[in-house]
Amino acid sequence: MAELQFREALRAAMVEEMERDDTIFLMGEEVAEYDGAYKVSEGMLDQFGAKRVIDTPISENGFSGLGIGAALNGLRPIIEFMTWNFSFVAIDQIINNAAKIRYMSGGQFKVPIVFRGPNGAAGQLAATHNTSVEAIYAYFPGLKVISVSNPDDAKGLLKSAIRDDDPVVFLESELMYGMRGEVSDEEDYTIPIGKARIAREGEDVTIVGYNKSYWVAMETAQRLEEEGYNAEVIDPRTIRPLDIDAIINSVKKTNCLVVIDESNPFTSVASEIAFQVQERAFDHLDAPVARVTAKDVPAPYAKNLIDYYMPRADEAVEACKRVMYAE
Amino acid sequence: MASQTKNKKKAEEAKGKQAAKAKSEQEASANGQEQEVRVPASSSVEVTFATYQAEDYDHRELGLEDAQLLDMYRNMLLQRRFEERAAQMYGKQKIAGFLHLYIGQEAVSTGAVTALEIGKDSIITAYRDHGLGLALGMTPNACMAELFGKVTGSSQGKGGSMHYFDAEKKFFGGHGIVGGHIPVGAGIAFAHKYKEDGGVCLTFFGDGAVGQGSFHEALNLASLYDLPVIFIVENNEYAMGTATHRAFAEPDFHKQAVGYDMPGAVVNGMDVFAVYDAMKTHVEMAREGQPSLLEIRTYRYRGHSMSDPAKYRTKEELEEKKNEDPIIRLKQYLIEHDLSDNDALDAIDEEVKQEVLDAVEFAEESDLPPLEAIYEDVYVQDDYPFLTD
Repeated sequence: MAELQFREALRAAMVEEMERDDTIFLMGEEVAEYDGAYKVSEGMLDQFGAKRVIDTPISENGFSGLGIGAALNGLRPIIEFMTWNFSFVAIDQIINNAAKIRYMSGGQFKVPIVFRGPNGAAGQLAATHNTSVEAIYAYFPGLKVISVSNPDDAKGLLKSAIRDDDPVVFLESELMYGMRGEVSDEEDYTIPIGKARIAREGEDVTIVGYNKSYWVAMETAQRLEEEGYNAEVIDPRTIRPLDIDAIINSVKKTNCLVVIDESNPFTSVASEIAFQVQERAFDHLDAPVARVTAKDVPAPYAKNLIDYYMPRADEAVEACKRVMYAE
Repeated sequence: MASQTKNKKKAEEAKGKQAAKAKSEQEASANGQEQEVRVPASSSVEVTFATYQAEDYDHRELGLEDAQLLDMYRNMLLQRRFEERAAQMYGKQKIAGFLHLYIGQEAVSTGAVTALEIGKDSIITAYRDHGLGLALGMTPNACMAELFGKVTGSSQGKGGSMHYFDAEKKFFGGHGIVGGHIPVGAGIAFAHKYKEDGGVCLTFFGDGAVGQGSFHEALNLASLYDLPVIFIVENNEYAMGTATHRAFAEPDFHKQAVGYDMPGAVVNGMDVFAVYDAMKTHVEMAREGQPSLLEIRTYRYRGHSMSDPAKYRTKEELEEKKNEDPIIRLKQYLIEHDLSDNDALDAIDEEVKQEVLDAVEFAEESDLPPLEAIYEDVYVQDDYPFLTD
């Protein structure tokens, strides 16, 4: 095992895949000469040259569509969004072209492309730079959506995403790029798309959390342990397709569930998980599924307000106690 | 042409260039010189665009063989007869949804396709796609069956009128969101260049698409990266019911090329020779890594779609345009130059009509897609766990 920063793990995944397959290229704003807005692609221009590591103008619709065309015509693009917030000016490309061309053509074409970049809130950035996009993109059949919480998953799943023949939305986080963690140094290390990770075993309550919320889930579990409760924490890692079986199996053991999700609550991933769990494990639930999410408002700027806006371990501990009837 | 002298970085390493720039800035500051905001003493643009008129062409001078002319005639006629029959079938409710007819614009598709190497070069277009599909050699059977929503259709009944595709012929669709496919066309061209396979991409769209940001972004990227692409505005004068002069501050669309430092030209799309001539020139440019913008002025005889009575134009206007009919124009050329005669051309027409009737029969007799096909071809992954009932 090697200890890598999150950004280094992502870079290692791209570099290894690009060394293996010369149809892969990286394109986005500031990815080449600037070495990446968050230094994820640092050094890649030197290694692969300007043909394969390509700076773009600020033109998300244009370069997202360009990537899709290149994928249709035999290449495997990695398109970086400086943040997923900027993907909204390219959303037609992602949801109408990347997700649907295969279907509309009766399977004649495939779109092997990865759109990646940081997702969700990253502090006092105000409303337009703090959006969690997973529920939006996971809505669309034809896309796969991955959201990673640690360097090991970042590497293993990004490699799988790049190799996948379907379009993948790959969600990272500004706040986690500097995070260090053990990363498998197994040669050609990949993690299958669509498989959850049981991060912590327990029998009293199931907590689901992914991306940054995974760390809120772990903190919550730690605090519950101090109070004598043993929580099971599941990181789904892939949002679409969702490994609902892993969550259901856990709920059958713990009989209660809290989902931590930094999206706005309405029509969120938390909503979908709660729906599927009540549909398939209603008789196993001792309490309604609880969710801890961002508040149902645009992200505010003021420090105290954005802190309050985000899902917090305090709230999650309280939610867990509620579903366990522990108070 | 001022705009066509390009001083772009081509093969040179971007990195080296950046280093050189940084160096000169460093030197400037070492010399104690302050960087000034600079405004040129004067600035102007003067550009002349190539024009391709409907005129007295000699097909041999264009490099076309006699026999090719009959193929072109047949190619245009097939599109015309196919769509006339499709309109009739729509009236009989055999075809549902949208049906956007290309009738009147056939010289554009045929002229373009004749200038291509089919299978090597690529084409992408918007939703008025029957003409290009047939011109490229998609079979009337597969095309009609697709309109009927049958499993034997080109997209197995999943695309319909707006979404013809043919991977083998490098026909990348058939797209429904105005302007949305233009960057995709640039990307197809990007892959041709990346793979160094010598192919170019013809990216067709209607006049309405020029109002979309995707058009402007795609032209900028194509010029910046020297992509082998030709952007082709099929200006049929109306975006649905809105005449171009009511929607565009500058309805001379070819002039948009200036803003993206690429050649632009304007072509009479009612003359297949003019289209071929322009296309040949611009395909050649694209093969050399020079993207360009062609505005082809054409006219659709029918409404925007089947539900459009076209009240926004007069009958006189329509009749006048029909006098310029591209198929009649080529027919006259063939007869005047003793390359064919009325009987032979009528015989082609009969053959084509029969081919279309056979396609209708084929479509009628084909099966609907099986219900289980609804979950097929969403993903390449064959065991994707869909949420099912």
